[in-house]
This record gives sequence, structure tokens and C-alpha cells, in this order.
Amino acid sequence: MTDKLLVTFSPHDRDTMTTNKVMMLVVLALLPSILSSVYFYGHYAIKGYLLTVIFCVALEYGFDKISGRKTQIKDNSALLTGILLAMNMPAGAPWWIMLIGAFIAITVSKSAYGGLGQNPFNPALVARVFLLIAWPAEMTAWIKPQTVMNGLTFDAVSTATPLGAMKTDLLAKGHVVMENIAPMTDKLIGSVSGCMGGDSALLVLLGGAFLLQQRIITWHIPVSFIGTVFVLTGLYWLVYPDQTINPLMHIISGGVMLGAFFMATDYVTSPMVKRAQLIFGIGCGLITVVIRLFGSYPEGVAFAILIINAFVPILDNYMRPKSFGEEAK
Amino acid sequence: MPYFGFKGGIHPKYNKSATQSKNTENLPVEVGEVVHIPLAQHIGAPAKILVKKNQQVKTGELIGEAAGFISTTIHSSVTGKVVSVGTVEHPIGGRVPGVSIEVEELTEDYVPIDSGDSFQKTVLAAGLAGMGCATFPSHVKLSPPKDVDALLINGAECEPYLTCDHRMMVERTEDIVKGAVIIKEKLGLKILAIGIEKNKPDAIEAFRKFEKEYGFEVIELEVKYPQGGEKQLIKACLNRVVPEGKLPMEVGAIVHNVGTCACIYDAVELKKPLYERMVTVTGAVKEPKNLMVKIGTPISKLIEYCGGFVGEPKKIVMGGPMMGLAVTSLDTPVMKGTSGILVYSESDLPDLTQYNCMRCGRCIDACPMELIPSAMDRFVVKELYESLADWHVMNCIECGCCSYVCPSRRTLVGGFKTSKRQVARILKEREDNKND
Ligand code: SF4
Ligand code: SF4
Repeated sequence: MTDKLLVTFSPHDRDTMTTNKVMMLVVLALLPSILSSVYFYGHYAIKGYLLTVIFCVALEYGFDKISGRKTQIKDNSALLTGILLAMNMPAGAPWWIMLIGAFIAITVSKSAYGGLGQNPFNPALVARVFLLIAWPAEMTAWIKPQTVMNGLTFDAVSTATPLGAMKTDLLAKGHVVMENIAPMTDKLIGSVSGCMGGDSALLVLLGGAFLLQQRIITWHIPVSFIGTVFVLTGLYWLVYPDQTINPLMHIISGGVMLGAFFMATDYVTSPMVKRAQLIFGIGCGLITVVIRLFGSYPEGVAFAILIINAFVPILDNYMRPKSFGEEAK
Repeated sequence: MPYFGFKGGIHPKYNKSATQSKNTENLPVEVGEVVHIPLAQHIGAPAKILVKKNQQVKTGELIGEAAGFISTTIHSSVTGKVVSVGTVEHPIGGRVPGVSIEVEELTEDYVPIDSGDSFQKTVLAAGLAGMGCATFPSHVKLSPPKDVDALLINGAECEPYLTCDHRMMVERTEDIVKGAVIIKEKLGLKILAIGIEKNKPDAIEAFRKFEKEYGFEVIELEVKYPQGGEKQLIKACLNRVVPEGKLPMEVGAIVHNVGTCACIYDAVELKKPLYERMVTVTGAVKEPKNLMVKIGTPISKLIEYCGGFVGEPKKIVMGGPMMGLAVTSLDTPVMKGTSGILVYSESDLPDLTQYNCMRCGRCIDACPMELIPSAMDRFVVKELYESLADWHVMNCIECGCCSYVCPSRRTLVGGFKTSKRQVARILKEREDNKND
């Protein structure tokens, strides 16, 4: 009986947290936002989430099978990518856009690099940006949020996002027309048009708080990201009050909240070292603001995160903290 | 002194309640039983054998002498006849040189040590080696070539499951204090302190009673693994940072485990060599216990004495769950550094399904040496020993915190251990090139 004793390296006990559980906790943190998008977009939301998740998981499984690698779907990361991908699309996007999105996210930006942990760029964001450039019409066909009260099935009425409206007015009239922009309270609860997820700043914040409380993420990235957006847009707004919305509206509009808590904090594509995370967050905020204020796209969160993703290996390498007792060179 | 603390570390499940309030029992030996005493029970050169087959030996008799400075002596733990001089089971080495002795007579007497003319020689003659798990020969640590001013007694016992140090602190409080005071006086030290984790209030109280009389200080330590790591203890108690690659004496400190202090008392006052030690036997055994065990007793005897296994044993660990070694055979003997025998049944073992590293950074936060285990793991996988050297893998104390917290169950510390030999070679080459 004892010739079958198991021999492994120490330690012999392990923490109960596992990678698949980490991913499920993030999904749990997204649940309030998922539910709110179902509330506002009815069957469009349900269809969107189902399709992206199925496409993502199936594509990951398929790639692993074809390349003869042990399948990685059990780590739940494809599930999470699927949900985030749906959240980064307009409700009501056609199914083939979702399939292409899933292909770009999973196969091109993740599996091809070797799967979880190997990809330099956030998969859901690569997909979003690719789609935005390749199919701008479909990717900006925002529909007006309804409520479930009108029934799960309703016909879409198209509309502009608050940031989009701002950009249009700026180009047409030279200044912001506040009447054309949804009030702040709508943005907090989510009854404004935009990407499916992260419409409600309040619910994203709730999910973010849950992640912080569960120690899935630390404050470094969200705080430095959101803080930078707030400070920079605030300064601009103080100098040119008619050229932009106030900084509070900036941080609760568009993808800042979802980006700061759920996209920029993606372990794989953000720095591991805390000091580097601060720089990373500030960089994301800075580029977001530059695109929002001076670029031709109304929103810059996805671009910002992707650009800074490229610097992660450098940040991690050069900001390695001194180890205990290491002598200064 | 205040508690300064150290960075990193983890809070594993401690699982100490099965044995922490039970008095130590003596594990009896019987006539006809055989003990297997390895000659390499410490860091450094194995001892040189002094006995021959069929020779009669007495308890405490010298059977191996130190082979060089970093080495120590070995004594017989029983009275009887040498039945073989060959190899015995060893948890890491497979089989190593050792002596097997058959018990012929039961006795509590021992051959007193020939203490020589100095304190260090007495310690060497008693065969003392660190009783934690590092088993560094004690006389070496007690012969500092530099000025030292502080002696820290390590009563942290931060490894989960183990309680033998805890029991010793409660049962032999004054002996430990006396041993520590002997070291302090012999080396002319100024500071004497004992650090005990707060989860052992009875031990803290026991020492507080002697604080005034013997002039030392009790420091209550935060309950955090690896609080008992030498460098961590020195940082936490004295706020001194031992430079990378250096010994504690570099910052004027010496650390000894409570068990070593008790042995120093035994050696100096009672002339008793180290041939038995306390061992925690716990996990999937019927009656977990702390036992006083003769060195060389096969672990099967200990388990038998504790009522045998509960269910089928799947893994047996010598030492604690964080740094202990999984053994392959129940014939493996208890050695000077064996602090515990931990039995796991199938259901106690964690799920070790591996995933890719997702760069979550948990290992970095947990590392008490402030290293980047996830990055080092990539280098290990790709055999990039140069990069490993640059990322200071040699500073790793092999505490296992990184592997413990890793949600992807990466091997981390296992890879660092196995890579160190290669990295040491590279560092040596670099050093040589510099000197050319
Ligand atoms: S804890 Fe594991 S998964 Fe997380 S960064 Fe470290 S090695 Fe990677
Ligand atoms: S085993 Fe080494 S790398 Fe891992 S936590 Fe301990 S010191 Fe750090």
C-alpha cells in the first residue's frame, strides 16, 4: 500500500483559490451589469451574451483541438472574454459581427499566442477595435434603451451616445449643447444608449467594489485610471467650459468605469508590479482623454488600454522592485 | 523592542489544534528493534564513520565524527549492536550512508560528551544542528567571525500542523531560557529576545514569567508564514535587513530555534548529546501526538504508536506542509531536523490541476523576499538561467508562499530549487570573469 506514496515538491497544502474560480468571481461581479443590460435591451442583450459566449468557448475549444493542445476552456477565461465582448458591442449587433468578434478575440488575439496568460493585448478590446474600424456602421448603431416593462421584445430605435452627441455638436456648432446630452442620473443607472455593458456606472462600480473586496483586483489600476481622466478633463473643462462636459460626467460616461475596473485590470495584459500598475493606469487615463478631447472618435478607452497593453512587458521589466536585501547597484 | 514586521507572507490554515495542547510522550524502543542513523543529517559534509559492523555501542556514544568545519558529530541513540554499516533511507537522497543498530538493552543513561575546552567544541561534541529544518551545524553559527550583538530565539513555529516547538516552549521553558543565556554569555551578546507567534498565548505567558530573572525580552509576533524564516525574523524583531547572499551575522544577529537552545542546555549542563528529539505526528493518523523520538527510528514506528493511519495514506511528509519533504518509504528514519510527520489521505490533498499563469500577481504579493516568482517561472520553463540569475533567484528562501497562493498551481518554488545549481554556476563564472 505504501509503495504508492505520492511525492511532489513542497508546499503540500494550497490556497483554495483557483484560476477557474477567479474567472467565475469576475463573471459574478459583472452580473449586475449583465442584468441591467437585459433590463434595458431585452432580447437583444440575451441574444448578444449567449452568442458571444457560445462563439468564444467553441472557438477556443476548436483551436485547442486542432492544434493538439490540452483544452483550456476549463479555466473559464473564454467565458469571461465572451461576456466582456458582448458588453463592448452595441445591443442589437448582428450575429455575424459577434462571430467575427469572437474569432478576433479568441483565435487571433489569444489562442494563437498560446492561450491564457500569453497574449499581450486584451482580447475583447482587440475585437472591439477591429470591428469598429472594419464595420463602423454596425458598431455604432446604438439603440435606445427600453425597459423590460415594454416586453422583452421590442423594435430598436436608434440614437446617439452621450459622448457621440457631444462630438457631433462640437463639430457642427463648435460647442457642447447640454440639452442633447443625457443627464447624469441616467448615466448612473444606465438608461442611456451605448455599449451593452457598463451602461450603468453605478452597477459597474458595484461589481468593481466586489472585486476589490474579494481581492481579485487592487485599487491601483482603477484609481489611477479614473483619477487621471477626472483630473485632466476637469482641467480642460475649467479652461474651456463650453467645449466639453464636466469631469464627473466624463468618468461615468462611455467605457471608463467598465474599462478601469474590468478591462484594464485584466491580469494577463496589465503589469504585475504595483508601481507599474499606477503608471499603466495613468497612461490609460491620459490617452483616453486625449482621444476624447482631440481625436475624431468620441470614445478612447479601448484604444487607450490597447496602446498601454503594449508597454506592459517593459513596465514589468524595468519596474521590478528590489528584492529583500538586494544591494543597490 | 517593538514588532517591525516584514513584507509578503501568507496566512495558511494552521491546523494545529490536534496536538497543541497534548503533553509530549516518550516513544519507547524495544529490544530487537533496529534504528537507522544517517551520517548526513545536516547541511555540509557527512560525518565520518567511527564504528564497525558487530561493534557494541551505548546510547550517546559517538559513532560519526565531523568531517571538516561545516559538519557535525553523530551519536548512537540506543544501546546495542551495529548490524550494518551501509546505506539507509533518506527523504531526499534515496539511500545515503548510515549505520543500523539493533537495540539490545533499554536504558535511560547515556555516555556523557567529552566537552573539550570551549563552548563551541561542546556544541560540536553534542552534534547540534538546527532543529527547525535547515539543520545548519550549530557550532558554526556560534563561531561568528564578525561582531554580533543580538541573539534571537525562534519560537515562531510558523509551519502549519507542527506543534513540537510550541510544546517544548511550554514544557521546557526554563531549559530553553538557560540554553539561550548560555549562548548570550559565551558570546558576550547585548540583546536577547525570543519571538513567539501570538497564536501560542500559553508559551508567551510561560516565558514572561522568566523575563525579569534572566534578562531577556519576549516579542509577540504576528501570525504569518514564514515568520520563522531567519531573515524575516531578524527584520521583524530588529528591523535589520540581511543583505542578499549573506548570513545573519552580517547584521550582527544570530538566530537559534527553541529546540536548539534546549539542546545547548542539555549539552553544557547535562553533557547530553543530541540523540533524540521532539516530533509532531499529525494529519491522517488515529491519535495525533507529539513524541520524543530516538534519532534513527523509522517513521512507521511513530505512526503505529499514534494508532495507525486513518484511511489510506496518500502522501507522507517529513516536516511541515510548506517546506517538508514527501517521503517514499515508511522506513525513512527520524533525523535531527525532523520536526514533524504529516500524513495526508486522498481527500486532504489539494487539487493540483495546472493552468497557464494568468499573471495575477498573487505570488509577488506573497513572496517574503520580494521576488517576482511568475517571471522566474517562465525562465525556469525556458531554462533561461542567465535571466534567473538577474532576477535574483538565489535570494529565494524556498518558503513556498508563491506556490501556495498560485491559483494556476504553477510549480514555482519547485522549479527555483532545481534551477539553483545551474544559476550558482553562472554566478560563479561571472564572479571569475570579473576577477580576471
Ligand atoms: S500566482 Fe500563479 S498565476 Fe498568479 S502570477 Fe503568480 S504564477 Fe502566475
Ligand atoms: S519560495 Fe522563493 S520565490 Fe517563492 S515566495 Fe518563497 S522566497 Fe519567494
